[in-house]
Amino acid sequence: MATSSVSKGCFVFKPNFKKRKISVPIEDYFNKGKDESEDSKLRFETYHLIWQQMKSETQRLQEELNKNLFDSLIEFLQKSHSGFQKNSKDWGSQIKLREIPTAALVLGVNVTDHDLTFRSLTEALQSHVTPYVVSLQSKDCPDVKHFLQKLVSQLMDCCVDVESKEEESAQKKTHCSMDSLSSWYTNVTQKTDPKMPRKKRTSSQWQSPPVVLILKDMESFTTKVLQDFIIISSQHLHEFPLILIFGIATSPIIIHRLLPHAVSSLLCIELFQSLSCKEHLTTVLDKLLLTTQFPFKLSEKVLQILTNIFLYHDFSIQNFIKGLQLSLLEHFYSQPLSVLCCSLPEAKRRIHSLSDNQCENIRRLPSFRRYVEKQASEKQVALLTDERFLKEEAQSLLENLYVYHTNYFLVLRCLHQFTSSLPKYPLGRQIRELYCTCLEKNIWDSEEYASALQLLRMLAKDELMTILEKCFKVFKSSSEKQLGSTAKKIEELLAQFQSLDEAKEEEDTSGSHSKGLQKTDLYHLQKSLLEMKELRRTSKKQTKFEVLREKVVNFIDSLVREYLLPPETQPLHEAVYFSAAHTLREHLNAAPRVALHTALNNPYYYLKNEALKSEEGCIPNVAPDICIAYKLHLECSRLINLVDWSEFIRGTPTTAWLPSSAMSAPGIRTSEPRAAEKRNVRT
Amino acid sequence: MAHLENLVLCRESQVSTLQSVFGERQHFSFPSIFIYGHTASGKTYVTQTLLKTLELPHVFVNCVECFTLRLLLEQILNKLNHLSSSEDACPTHITCETFNDFVCLFKQVTKAESLKDQTVYIVLDKAEYLRDMEANLLPGFLRLQELTDRNVTVILLSEIVWEKFRPNTGCFEPFVLYFPDYSIGNLQKILSHDHPPEYSADFYAAYINILLGVFYTVCRDLKELRHLAVLNFPKYCEPVVKGEASERDTRKLWRNVEPHLKKAMQTVYLREISSSQWEKIQKDDTDPGQLKGLSAYTHVELPYYSKFILIAAYLASYNPARTDKRFFLKHHGKIKKTNFLKKHEKTSNHLLGPKPFPLDRLLAILYSIVDSRVAATANIFSQITSLVTLQLLTLVGHDDQLDGPKYKCTVSLDFIRAIARCLGLTLDLVNENFQEWDPSTHTFNTTVLP
Repeated sequence: MATSSVSKGCFVFKPNFKKRKISVPIEDYFNKGKDESEDSKLRFETYHLIWQQMKSETQRLQEELNKNLFDSLIEFLQKSHSGFQKNSKDWGSQIKLREIPTAALVLGVNVTDHDLTFRSLTEALQSHVTPYVVSLQSKDCPDVKHFLQKLVSQLMDCCVDVESKEEESAQKKTHCSMDSLSSWYTNVTQKTDPKMPRKKRTSSQWQSPPVVLILKDMESFTTKVLQDFIIISSQHLHEFPLILIFGIATSPIIIHRLLPHAVSSLLCIELFQSLSCKEHLTTVLDKLLLTTQFPFKLSEKVLQILTNIFLYHDFSIQNFIKGLQLSLLEHFYSQPLSVLCCSLPEAKRRIHSLSDNQCENIRRLPSFRRYVEKQASEKQVALLTDERFLKEEAQSLLENLYVYHTNYFLVLRCLHQFTSSLPKYPLGRQIRELYCTCLEKNIWDSEEYASALQLLRMLAKDELMTILEKCFKVFKSSSEKQLGSTAKKIEELLAQFQSLDEAKEEEDTSGSHSKGLQKTDLYHLQKSLLEMKELRRTSKKQTKFEVLREKVVNFIDSLVREYLLPPETQPLHEAVYFSAAHTLREHLNAAPRVALHTALNNPYYYLKNEALKSEEGCIPNVAPDICIAYKLHLECSRLINLVDWSEFIRGTPTTAWLPSSAMSAPGIRTSEPRAAEKRNVRT
Repeated sequence: MAHLENLVLCRESQVSTLQSVFGERQHFSFPSIFIYGHTASGKTYVTQTLLKTLELPHVFVNCVECFTLRLLLEQILNKLNHLSSSEDACPTHITCETFNDFVCLFKQVTKAESLKDQTVYIVLDKAEYLRDMEANLLPGFLRLQELTDRNVTVILLSEIVWEKFRPNTGCFEPFVLYFPDYSIGNLQKILSHDHPPEYSADFYAAYINILLGVFYTVCRDLKELRHLAVLNFPKYCEPVVKGEASERDTRKLWRNVEPHLKKAMQTVYLREISSSQWEKIQKDDTDPGQLKGLSAYTHVELPYYSKFILIAAYLASYNPARTDKRFFLKHHGKIKKTNFLKKHEKTSNHLLGPKPFPLDRLLAILYSIVDSRVAATANIFSQITSLVTLQLLTLVGHDDQLDGPKYKCTVSLDFIRAIARCLGLTLDLVNENFQEWDPSTHTFNTTVLP
């Protein structure tokens, strides 16, 4: 929809039915960008496949991470409700206040992720606790009336009963008071019980399942609504077994801030805390990127942008995954060779059917060119001219790339084991920081790496051994042959440490005898201490442990130097690494003010009208009037001289904007025409 | 009557006043009675028991539940209808929209045989909610006898004094009855009344005595005290159950339970720990200190820039705008110290609360306190909005004002200090007036620690 006007306002467009019908198959969008566009369909399909895999993996992760929280929550609900059900005739429970069981669910500030959590929570509750799960948002409940209306309508949707549907909908429209709600509840539970005892769903327990009400954004609810609702429902608790779940984004103190003591004393609040979102990110990265399961990889810059948006701006896992999806899409869209970004056997097969054009693309890859230059001259010629030879070579290169990744992640994890326990974390506490550094450059050239090694050389034996054991486990978990020897090597080192243990004990017992100080006077003590110090300095001979420690450090250093080469060194890495960081930044981290400034200052940038093309710092008089006003505003920010402005516009022969219309433009202060000042943008 | 005295303790004078106001069954009573008193002073209980034991026809409605006029009126009418038609199963549902309809319908309903020749009582609990409804409602109820020409008395129960109810336009003055707070002796008597069947009344009374000794200073709410008494009673009995002490060994029992009660005062009473958790602790005999209360979780994990935005918002809210130049500009030039703060600014900015500030000022301060360059991206703006939804900032004025929105920062000094500590910043209270130190002239400044 377009209008010729550039000013702010509302425009009505009649729907154009003819236009709407045209729908382009999604794959075709892949065609348009790059002109030659090889295998666009195939690329799109590969993208789709990989994305589906990644998506299901993230969903699985999410479920796994939420499991603990949900389990404890469900346990709480079941427990508190069974407490309800016990027809308590004993003395205590008759007198005690009847409190509404309440779970305060602290979910963290990443509000965008909450929806997903609540959705899966609802599902979990519906399958384990009760069919009556209702979730409310603060914006739906400006007052108690709306609150109850929403509650009633959602509750009645929960239990789909065909016969009573009509009568229910009639009830929905009429007033919803707590009275009617609780009578409805007794009706429903009594009706359904004898007929179909809900064997499948609530498995066993209750005659009257509880009603769980989830308040999604506790912070935004108004105090009055919450208070009134809690007071009302606590009076009906006997007939209407309600359980509340407060979704809290900040901290549980908000409960005390929202509810006075008189009201909070009606609640039996228990706290549940979800996993920190940073840990969540670590797991997601671990399972999606630090693995060979998915061929797609991010370059250092892109990964940095995504994690920065996460850590600096929103803490939202959903956004992070969306960013990942965008980079995946962008990669397959812009890189013709991304057809090769799939599982190894499939990629090999695809190489065979590459077109001449694609072969040319391979030859143009910088990493491939570098590789070619290193080859012998006849091979160089063959690579550049013979298609078949190129394809075979590319196959072996791809295979190398795959092996490189397998080793890379193993060694990376191993190095992380070493560096994550060092004081002050010279290489970062999280594996993602280490990964970023390794992607960026040769890590062994960095100062941090040197200092980390220095610190490693000071580790105590038990620390070293636990680290080595962990590394051993890392290597053991993979079945890769190349690094199988490494695992063996670690095992050997561990064995040496153990033997050292025994040897040392003997040494200690012998040593302590000779060095034991006799009871002497101060002078002699000083003297003997000095001697001992001297002795220690001169005999620089390392202990066995130190030698071994040095060996371990050298070992890990050699591993790093061999396997943690940055991906740029690998030929054909462009096929799987997405590196267009600037496009991603443009999409994900938009700057509205900058865009506005550009639009006003340089209208050509967006309007693409040749007439508007101008040199830097100048504005043509055919520009939209708002641009001219903006230009004048930039020159003199307080007041805009009306004379200048009209002169500006009058100066153009073909102008469509008359001074009178400009004068009535909203939002611009006009001033008494002052003595004309010199303007340098005058035409 | 002896029966009634057993049910209602320590409210003898109020009961007798009410009874004399009610008079005989067929007598016309006072048109409206207003009963007020603190929470849990027995207003509802006394009225309800009285009406029930005397078997007077009455309708009891809680105004909290009736958030609309229609609900309130219909509830009264339907309950009345139910009363009059007694055994005849389900009477028809009456709909009623206005007070005028109500008066007409009321006349019809009370025509019934069973309600004739006796006073009908309408009890409106939590009557303070009536004030928020239509203006004609309260005066109408007060004059209901006159309007309907029926033998009816409206009893209003409230925690607020009558003076706060009186409408500007004047109204019929009800008969006002005050329920004073229970004295400690009263509380003792009432609480001891419901002793558990397996223990003697004396034993329980001794326990109540200890309980009141701890809690009476902070809580006089009978309901709450009853709840606490039941909650902590197992702990008191513990030595008796174990056989370590006899029921008469009061001193030993006191020593056992007193620290426990004090702990309860800091936790369960404030609902820091829920009752069920407290019972569990008691059962397992674990240290309650291990379980952190709700207030212990003050830490809020925020994204990096959100922290800075919040700090900037705090500074903008509590610093006068004129001082920004001095605090946040590197070369701010010389400002005369003596006249730096104006007279009215010398009262503590904290006592005055947060002031609204425009978005641009927030951004300007943000740029100056963040070391690296921050682009004004959409992400920064959306963070401000999400801080608003988290109620850490509030939007001043209408939220449909798009250009130049104004905000206020609503977090406390401690909160902001904790956040600043995370970032390695310190917020200092800067005292501007060095000559005569006055604790009320505090403003804020950031200084970045090396």
